[in-house]
Amino acid sequence: MPSAPCEAVIRLNKVFKAFPKGSLALKDVSLHVAKGEFIFLTGHSGAGKSTVLRLVYADQLPTSGTVRVSGYSTAGLKRRDIPRLRRRLGIVFQDFRLLEDRTAEENVAFALEVTGTRRSVISAKVTRVLTQVGLATKANQYPRELSGGEQQRVAIARALVNDPLVLLADEPTGNLDERATRGVFQLLKDINATGTAVVLATHDLDLVRQAPFRTVELQDGAIVYDSREDEPAGEALVER
Amino acid sequence: MRLTLREALLSFRRAPVLSALAITTIGFALFVFGLFSLVALNLRATLSEIEERVEVVMYLTRGTPVEVVTVAIGDIQAFPEVESVNYVTEDQALERARQELVEFQGVFEDLTANPLPASLEIRLKPGFRDSHNVSAVADRLSGFRFVEDVRFGRDWVEKLDRLRDIAGVVGLVIGAAFAAAAVMIIATTIRMTVLARSREIHIMRLVGATDGFIRRPFIVDGAIKGALGGLLAVVLCYGSYLLVSRGLFDASFFTTQQASLIVLLGTVLGLAASAVSVGRHLPRV
Repeated sequence: MPSAPCEAVIRLNKVFKAFPKGSLALKDVSLHVAKGEFIFLTGHSGAGKSTVLRLVYADQLPTSGTVRVSGYSTAGLKRRDIPRLRRRLGIVFQDFRLLEDRTAEENVAFALEVTGTRRSVISAKVTRVLTQVGLATKANQYPRELSGGEQQRVAIARALVNDPLVLLADEPTGNLDERATRGVFQLLKDINATGTAVVLATHDLDLVRQAPFRTVELQDGAIVYDSREDEPAGEALVER
Repeated sequence: MRLTLREALLSFRRAPVLSALAITTIGFALFVFGLFSLVALNLRATLSEIEERVEVVMYLTRGTPVEVVTVAIGDIQAFPEVESVNYVTEDQALERARQELVEFQGVFEDLTANPLPASLEIRLKPGFRDSHNVSAVADRLSGFRFVEDVRFGRDWVEKLDRLRDIAGVVGLVIGAAFAAAAVMIIATTIRMTVLARSREIHIMRLVGATDGFIRRPFIVDGAIKGALGGLLAVVLCYGSYLLVSRGLFDASFFTTQQASLIVLLGTVLGLAASAVSVGRHLPRV
């Protein structure tokens, strides 16, 4: 586990988020994620995990309160700032979100191409991350030719290729079998070990118990437990 | 740019039927526009041929001295509208009448004196052959002292004017209608493409693509479709032209420049339509 650094890359301060119909998706959520930290964001479906992540990558804006991510604040965030903010993040989803008509390599390269990276740099970077996620030999295969675990690795490689400060993973193992889940989780831990902060939203408590990382639990849109401030992680959660 | 072009061309590969359909529809819309342009072009050529025959004839009072006429010719030639002035003497007028009016041969032979007056035939420069200018010149000519009468086919010139106006308006309205149809077709196709690629657009956004970056391939896509549609329209127009000029009557076709203009028009329409369509639909995806 990385030592607890104090510089925050994500800060949510007193964040409220209302659904269009008026009910609250998030209630008074304050959460700081330090550089290089690994956080489990847990809770039942609908507890607000995905909403927290969406606020972080500026897919949604808070109804009140502020969200600060690596120097960008939702207060005064302009539309043109959003792409720059996202380039500092890596985002991974349960459904992988790969482009079906592009190979693994092209899917990863795509993330660099859209940011205007030079062609000469792209190839080397893509090979490096595909090797990192263990897919160097499957670079030329299309998503449909890969297993679920492998597709998620491609998605992680795509998230990593821009050297993000934080990797946001929204139920990344939700569609995977146990073995693939273990593999992907190990990969996320390895990535964290190189200094990238990881926020892993999951409702899979078995996964949470496998590592002594900070755990934040959401219930009905509010944080009901934070292992950093409350009891040591693991034990308390088992009781719940 | 290379990437933009690649992404734009990818849309042809991904949705070949939709792309082909779009190009064909744009092509047909511009084809109708092109056909009307062709008709207008040929009509204008014919009208200007007729217009060349427009002239003002100024009959001179009998006995006007040649010196006076010569001075008058100089004055008239100085009018900005006048292209040429032709002096027809009384004898020349009679000679012409004899040649042209063969059926009155007997009448001419019985003549003891020449009844025909001398005249000045005045042709106007192109652009001044409409009824307004012709009347203005005729009025000015009537001011000369030795003038007996000034004639021009007033009705005829006015009809010509009206025909030209009608052709212009009809061409403009129909052209605009079909250009608008082309714009709508392109906008709809681009909208369908935007919706069909919403997943991809979403992924592009997630990895930090700017709106401009996402928009560019769609706009290039629209421009390419417009250009190909324009090209198809020119080919179809050429086919129709061959058919008409071989089977029916001699017609003229667009110059290379005019044909390129149709392709350019297609490109610009495609560009504008896709820019508007992407601008409207991208934020919703």
